[in-house]
Amino acid sequence: MASKFINISLKVWRQKNANAKGAIETYKLDNVSTDSSFLEMMDQLNEQLINERKEPVAFDHDCREGICGSCSMYINGRAHGPETGTTTCQLHMRSFNDGDTVYVEPWRAKAFPVIKDLVVDRSAFDRIQQAGGFVSVNTSGRTMDANATPIPKDDADKAFEAAACIGCGACVATCKNSSAMLFVGAKVSQYALLPQGKVEAKDRVLNMVRQMDEEGFGNCTNTGACEVECPKGISLENIARMNREFLKAALSAE
Amino acid sequence: MSKSAILSSSIAKKYWMAITGLFLCLFLVGHLLGNLQLIFKTGEEGRRAFNEYAYFMTHNIFIKVLSYATYISILFHSADGLMLAIQNKKARPVNYVYNNPSANSSAASRKMAVLGSAILIFIVLHMANFWWKMKYSSDPMPIHTYVVSSTDQTGQPKTDTLYYTHTPSLQPIPTNPMIVVKNGTELYFKDVNVKVGDAYKDLHKIVMAFFGKSVNGAPTNEYALFAVILYVLAMAVLSFHLIHGFSSAFQTLGLNHKKYTPSIQVFGKIFAIIVPAGFAIIPVLIFLSR
Repeated sequence: MASKFINISLKVWRQKNANAKGAIETYKLDNVSTDSSFLEMMDQLNEQLINERKEPVAFDHDCREGICGSCSMYINGRAHGPETGTTTCQLHMRSFNDGDTVYVEPWRAKAFPVIKDLVVDRSAFDRIQQAGGFVSVNTSGRTMDANATPIPKDDADKAFEAAACIGCGACVATCKNSSAMLFVGAKVSQYALLPQGKVEAKDRVLNMVRQMDEEGFGNCTNTGACEVECPKGISLENIARMNREFLKAALSAE
Repeated sequence: MSKSAILSSSIAKKYWMAITGLFLCLFLVGHLLGNLQLIFKTGEEGRRAFNEYAYFMTHNIFIKVLSYATYISILFHSADGLMLAIQNKKARPVNYVYNNPSANSSAASRKMAVLGSAILIFIVLHMANFWWKMKYSSDPMPIHTYVVSSTDQTGQPKTDTLYYTHTPSLQPIPTNPMIVVKNGTELYFKDVNVKVGDAYKDLHKIVMAFFGKSVNGAPTNEYALFAVILYVLAMAVLSFHLIHGFSSAFQTLGLNHKKYTPSIQVFGKIFAIIVPAGFAIIPVLIFLSR
């Protein structure tokens, strides 16, 4: 496909700091290559702003290959933009047309406060992960032969699919309740399915859910929006599994 | 830990929503089957069947237990739902300037709280119209009476209006000044104060009159058309609530399985259409046959 250049109008959320009141600012950006990624387009915008002696737009980015989960942008009303199964860095400008107006906003959740412009504090996810605790079964040093612990292929695959979660927060951003159930469901599932993870399974799910509630995430209405927007295709099955694990643990834990 | 978890955590609240919601789905089926008697049996036979059914539903101990479970479920489902909705609003203090939620979720799933609130308002009105009158209203309920035609000793045709009774009485009890009604349905001989029988409350007549159909020339609700339209609208709202709610309850309870979930989703959609449609057809048919 031959590359083209398009002119777009950007409506970007600008907010000086966590306490400032933010607002949408409009910028015209010309000659955007349709081969550039959305983040490269944002770089181009920032170069333009710097040349104009204006403050560039702060946004999170790191790997730019779809695995770090940093590039949190709510683009035209959807987490990571109009394509499914992509992060913002994997979204290309060929998904837009010449003359388009593109809204770019930060994730919106009480548990993800805006630090500046498009950058939000997602450390709530880290605290949930930490609340889950360690796996006490040794997986390094004097370990057993891997094949000595039989694990059905299906379980291994499901655990692996759950572990594909990159903690980007798109599920929270897209959920009408800012619920973190898909994230926590994935983190609970990746251990709950494997024998090594079963040792601490009860405490893990109770502690992670408690931390999730304390962080101020909303509740799950099963709209299924998270599953659609998740760049890694994490399934709603993981939320159901967390709900099962939670009930088991809540009824039997001492 | 586990004690508070089962009562107050986000997942536990959803569990209670799912359990009460599914119980209310069962209630809907029972209620619908009872109501369908209004259109499947006609005339005096239908009236008797329905009033006997109404008597059974207000006097059977097992039904009483179920009815209290239903009241509690409705109250709990509403209060829990309200609490969840408030928490969910708080979880996003600043909204998106531009949002496109229809790209990834159904409108019904996003509007459960609004749909549920509308249903709660309907339930209050519905209970005020029928349940309250049947059980508590200080206005005496109409009593079920029926007319028989016969000939007197001289061969002249005559008609008698009799009470329809459920305690065995030696002979039909006519409506005349000798018989007085006490405590709503108890029939007494006026002069000697002896109980002669128990009549049925005529809920059938109230329902028919409410939706515009006159039975034996009784006056009807002048806003019957309005009542029918409102009832049908309420059932449409219920349908949308169930279209998401039925299968959602299974997901919340952790019952998500590749083999069964597709069937549950299909069944949920069918349930969400058939049951409200079944309710809605009743007042429409009553109104059309007035």
